[in-house]
Formats: sequence, structure tokens, C-alpha cells
Amino acid sequence: MNTIWELLPGLGDKLAAHVLLSASAIGLAILIALPVAVWASRSPVVARVALSLASLVQTIPALALLALFFPLLLSLRAVFGENLPTLGFLPALMALTLYALLPILRNAVTAQANLDEGVLEAADGVGMTKWQKLVLVEAPLSAPFIMAGIRTASVWTIGAATLATTIGQPSLGDPIFAGLQTQNWALVLAGCLASAGLALAADNLLWVIEVGFARRSRWQYGAGIGLVLAGITAALWAQVPSSQDRRIVIASKQFSEQYILAQLIGSRLEAAGYEVEYRDGLGSAVVHSALAASSVDISVDYTGTIWTNYLKRDDNPGREAMYETIAAWERRTNGVAVLGRLGFENAYAFAMRAERAEELGVASLADLVPLAPRLTMGGDPEFFERPEWLAVRDAYGIRFGKSRNFAPTFMYSALLSGEADVISAYTSDGRIAADRLVIFADPKGALPSYDAMILLSPRIAGDAGVAKALHPLIGAISVEAMREANLAVDREDADKRTPKQAATWLAGEAGL
Amino acid sequence: MDTAPPLLRFDGVICRFGEVTAVRGVDCAIAAGSFVALVGASGSGKSTLLKTVNTLVEPSGGRVVFAGEDVAALSPARLRRRVGYVFQGIGLFPHFTVAENIVIGPRLTGERLAPARIAQLLALVELDPGLAGRMPDELSGGQRQRVGVARALAGEPELLIMDEPFGALDPVTRDALGRKVRELHDTLGLTTVMVTHDMAEALLLADRVLVMDAGNLVADQSPRELLAGAGGAMAQRLVAVPREQAERLAAMEAAPG
Repeated sequence: MNTIWELLPGLGDKLAAHVLLSASAIGLAILIALPVAVWASRSPVVARVALSLASLVQTIPALALLALFFPLLLSLRAVFGENLPTLGFLPALMALTLYALLPILRNAVTAQANLDEGVLEAADGVGMTKWQKLVLVEAPLSAPFIMAGIRTASVWTIGAATLATTIGQPSLGDPIFAGLQTQNWALVLAGCLASAGLALAADNLLWVIEVGFARRSRWQYGAGIGLVLAGITAALWAQVPSSQDRRIVIASKQFSEQYILAQLIGSRLEAAGYEVEYRDGLGSAVVHSALAASSVDISVDYTGTIWTNYLKRDDNPGREAMYETIAAWERRTNGVAVLGRLGFENAYAFAMRAERAEELGVASLADLVPLAPRLTMGGDPEFFERPEWLAVRDAYGIRFGKSRNFAPTFMYSALLSGEADVISAYTSDGRIAADRLVIFADPKGALPSYDAMILLSPRIAGDAGVAKALHPLIGAISVEAMREANLAVDREDADKRTPKQAATWLAGEAGL
Repeated sequence: MDTAPPLLRFDGVICRFGEVTAVRGVDCAIAAGSFVALVGASGSGKSTLLKTVNTLVEPSGGRVVFAGEDVAALSPARLRRRVGYVFQGIGLFPHFTVAENIVIGPRLTGERLAPARIAQLLALVELDPGLAGRMPDELSGGQRQRVGVARALAGEPELLIMDEPFGALDPVTRDALGRKVRELHDTLGLTTVMVTHDMAEALLLADRVLVMDAGNLVADQSPRELLAGAGGAMAQRLVAVPREQAERLAAMEAAPG
């Protein structure tokens, strides 16, 4: 547990980013919700429509809402030009603002509806204009209720802001997602503690303001508002970039191998004198688009992924032809430079516990077909939507009795605990050896190859220094070395390593 | 009294709310300095008619003339400063002190009232000037309505209109505040129109009683004339209630042990 307290001080940057994102979203939501609430108090139709829309937004999972802004902003580039950011702060702000609207709007509308009729009649009776009535009577009397709504919105927003990590906005979600993927529970807890602490602090501070409004104590709500502003200013101060040059941003998807390779690439670049920044835990679907848009600069992607998802091909021309086609396509279509292949594959494969496979007498996908209706297939959350699965399914005519989704980390546990009989494993995964798994042969060649390769964004595609620093990695990493590095990060015992330590080890293994 | 120019005149006032017609064409002139009670059963249209005076209700037909001008042509803020309004709901602003509540009307027109004037207004309604800094929720119901009256008087109105002003008060407070208002009417030379459903209150306080029934003005008499049997069936039905109560009480007093 000591490690948590050691990790917390290192989260200052993430905390500041988290505070700014949440505060901006809540501030924007207040700016939108209050005028709408005033309008709604004058028109029941507006009240109904506004509250329905805000409630509808709440039914969308926060993660999906965040992800939906990426394609939306991408399509808006047609209007606002290529400089419109599609990842990071802007989409996170928009999604969280929508999310924060409901409690503020609902409380503001309810507060207005519950104002004492007599007081409103008196306001008219003494000759107030509509504006004077709003400012002198309705607003101050509604303020405590509106503050209660803002409190609820703040707690929700601070919680949901951890998910902004998945669309490339730094937040306290970074340690949580990184920790979940590498099974570094201290890191997960540190992130959760920090965000929960922030939510509690905000809740209490806003409570002080709320009570200040209710007691009409200027001193109290003034002090509360002052403290909130001080917190936001401190966060803003901490976020002022230290250098004017943009750093090189290294992206990683949500699994250990990606974290390790990001660290390995980062350390090479730092040694060559570059300043780097990590965007960990991006959704697999956004990484490629982010790279093409130069929102991130370097990613490690796999030939099969690009082949099926972006070239929309379902044929299999063989490993070399596939790589050459992709490299040419990336340069031509996106301006992305394919620097080269690292030397190992992280292909999708079907895996089973060795003794189970022996018992059932299965060695290849073809053997599996007659047994499949009695078996449960476990896949990562995207697997059953992926062309690889569709290709295998159609090539072999395989039908599993049940299919279940697991986070990649938990897929292996599911296999060991018997919750799944077969899983969609990754060939470079360290747990294949550690858990004594067998990988089924693919006699029909339905699964494409998945060579790991380094991709550079259009922004740095021509940077000779970057290419020089990273060139020694090309062809230098064997699948065995990668498996061992992955295992070192994924394992739960005393030999567990951080991605950074594993990257150092891997560099040594590659002779660097 | 009838020779004085009317301060307030209703000219064929009609008020319709969708299908419902609350006021069906009222013509009436009210002389400066008079204390008029507007009496009727619930739903007779008396409150609606009263609210056309300070334009809280806009008539669907006809017009209301105040001091020679159509109220529809006056700015609501200016008009309402000249027309003090007291109503059953009292409507003190809970986030203002007593003093802030009293000065709100003048404040809206940009005038500041001196503390001495606030103390004077509190004294008029028989409240301790020490209450000026209190919040409304620290006062009793009677004290609150006294503040309500002080607020209505703060702008030195020419006309005081009251809608069931004592309806929510206990009988003792109600009687005391009723007498107080009548006294202020006389000493300040006000013109007062009071809506009430209580004929006894109307007879005891007013110089003139108007009776409304189903949106029409059905009687317009002095209290003495009403007690003498004038005003028609509806008015007499309303007069009969307090009279009979008084007779029963007198009989009870006279009856031996």
C-alpha cells in the first residue's frame, strides 16, 4: 500500500488536467443550462423538450458519448477546416458538458417551478420588470437548488472525466487505464483515490457555497467561490506548458505490449534529445485516425489491423505483399510513414489450455469445428465484430455454443477458471507460455498476419532524426522477447515489472 | 362625495380567460378619498376586476382609467408605484430584510428611502422600528401583513388596492389590522379599494360596498343602505349572514343561564 502514497504525488499533472477539463465542462454546462432554464420557466414546451433531450443524453454510456464525438468532429472538419481537433480536450469537453447538463437543468427548472406564487405576485405588484424579477427574486431564491444541481453535475463529471483518457485527453483516468491493463493495482487505486478525492473536495466546496446561498451569507458563498476559482487557477498554472515546442506524442492502445513499446520508443527518442509525451490507453479505433490527423505522432500498429479495418480487404496475399501494400497505401492516402517492422507478430489466434486440447484431441481450427457448439468462446470486446472472426467463421463454418466478451487482461483468467473454453489470444502474449496454452493451427489461412510496425504521423514523417533514433528497433524484437516482456508486466507475483522496466529489459534483449 | 372627480373608473371592463368570462362588463367610478369594499362569493370576479387596476390582469374589453389616464398606456412600473397593492399571499421577499422589503418599490424607480422614513412606515403599521433588520421568516403572520401594508404605502401611493388582505390572519389580528388600515386611510387621505368575501368586514370598514355576482356588479350601496335592505337579493343574502350571527349571539347573551 505504501506504493500508492508514492504514486500519488506523481499524478499532479493528470490532476491539473482533470480539474481543468471538469471545471470547463461544468462551467459550459452552467452557461447553457441557466438561460435554457429561464426560457423553460416561461414555456412548458421548452421545459419538456430540454429535459427530455438532457435525459436522453444520460442514457448514453459516458464512454460511448466520448467516443461518438470523434467521428462527429472528423466530419465537421469539412466545415471548420483541418485544424479542428478531433481528439483530446475538445471532444472530451463537449461530451462531459452534455453529461453535466441534466442535473443543472432539472434543478433550475424545478426551483423555478416551485417558487412561492405569492412572492412572484408581489414582485409584479411592486412593479418589477421581467428582468428585475429574474435578477432580484427568481435567481436568488433558486440559487441554493441550482447549486445542488451543480454539485451533482460536478461529482458526475469528475467521475466521467476519467474516461477522457480513451480519447486522448490526459486525466486521472490515465493511471487507472494503464494500471488496469498492466494489472498494476496500486496505480489503479492511486488514480481512483485521486479522482474520488477531487470529487469529494469539489462536492464539499460547492456544498459550502450552496449553504451560503441558502443562508444568504455573502461571506460564506464568497469564500466558497473564491476557493473554487483558486483551485482552477492553480490547475491552469500547473498546465502552462514548460516549453513552446510541441513534444512528440507517442500513442498506445489499451494493452501491455503497447505500453512497453511506447516506453521503448520514448526512451530512444529521449536519448536522442527529443521531448516526448505519452497518450496511453487510447481506444484501438481512434489511434489510427489520431495518427493520420497528427493528433498523436507515433504508434505501433499491426499489418492485419490496417489491412482489414482501413484497407477493407479480406483476401490474404501473404505476409510480405501485405506489408508492402500497406506501406504504400499509408503514404499515399494518409501521409503516414511506415518506418518498418519490429520483427514479431501479434496475430489473433485461437487458444486453449494444453491439457484440454489434448483431452479433446484438437490441434487446429478444423478439428475444433465439430466440437464448437458445446464450447464457449471468449473474445476481447471488439473481437466478435472484427473481420478476423468473420473470416474464420466463414472459412471453417465454425459455430460456438456461447460467445462472451472479456477485457483482454481477464480473458486468460476466464480460460483458466473455465468460464471460456477457447479464447481469442494474441500470439505475442506472455501468458501463452506461462499458462501452458496451445494455439490452433489455421490450415485455411483465414487469419491475416499481424506484423508489428512503427507508424509516424504526417507531422514527423519526414523527420530524419526520429527515423535515425528508431531505426535500430526495426527487425530487432523477436516474438519470444516480446512475450517475455509482456509477461513481466502482466504477471501478479514479485517478478512483476512496470512497462518502463520491461522496455529497458527489452532494449537490452534487442542488443541496444 | 359624489361631486369629487373620480380617481378610478371602470369603463365596460370585460375579462375572459379562454372559455371562462370572469368579468362581464363592469362600469363604475370611484371618487378620490373613498373606501370601497368589493364583495362577492368565490368566483364572482371581484379579484380579477381589482387586478385590472394595476394591470396584473389585462381586460379583454373596456378600459380602466386611473387619475384621468388609461392604465394600459402607463408603464407598469410607474403605475404600480402609484397604486399600493396588498394581498392575501402577502408575498414578502424571503431573502430581503423587513426594511429591504418595504423600500423595494421606491428602489425600483431609483429612489433611496432614509432610515427615518422606514422607521416612520413601521410606526404607521404599529411595528417596532427594531424589526427593520429582521428577515420575514422571523415574524408572525400578523406582523408580516403589517410589513405588507407598509410596503404598499412606501411609495406614497394615491390608491391602495387590497385583495382579501386579512384573509389568512386570526380573527383578533384581522380585526385590529382592519381598523388600523381604515385609520391610515383617513389620516393619509388615501383612496382604498378592498376585495373581501366577508360582508361584516366590508360593512364595518367601507364607505361604499360594491357587490359582484357571476362577473356582474349587482349592488352599489353605502353600508347603511345595505343594512336598511337595499341592493337586491344577492347583496341581502350576504348581509343576512353577519346580521343573523349577531342576533344569535345577542339572543344567547340575553337568555337566562
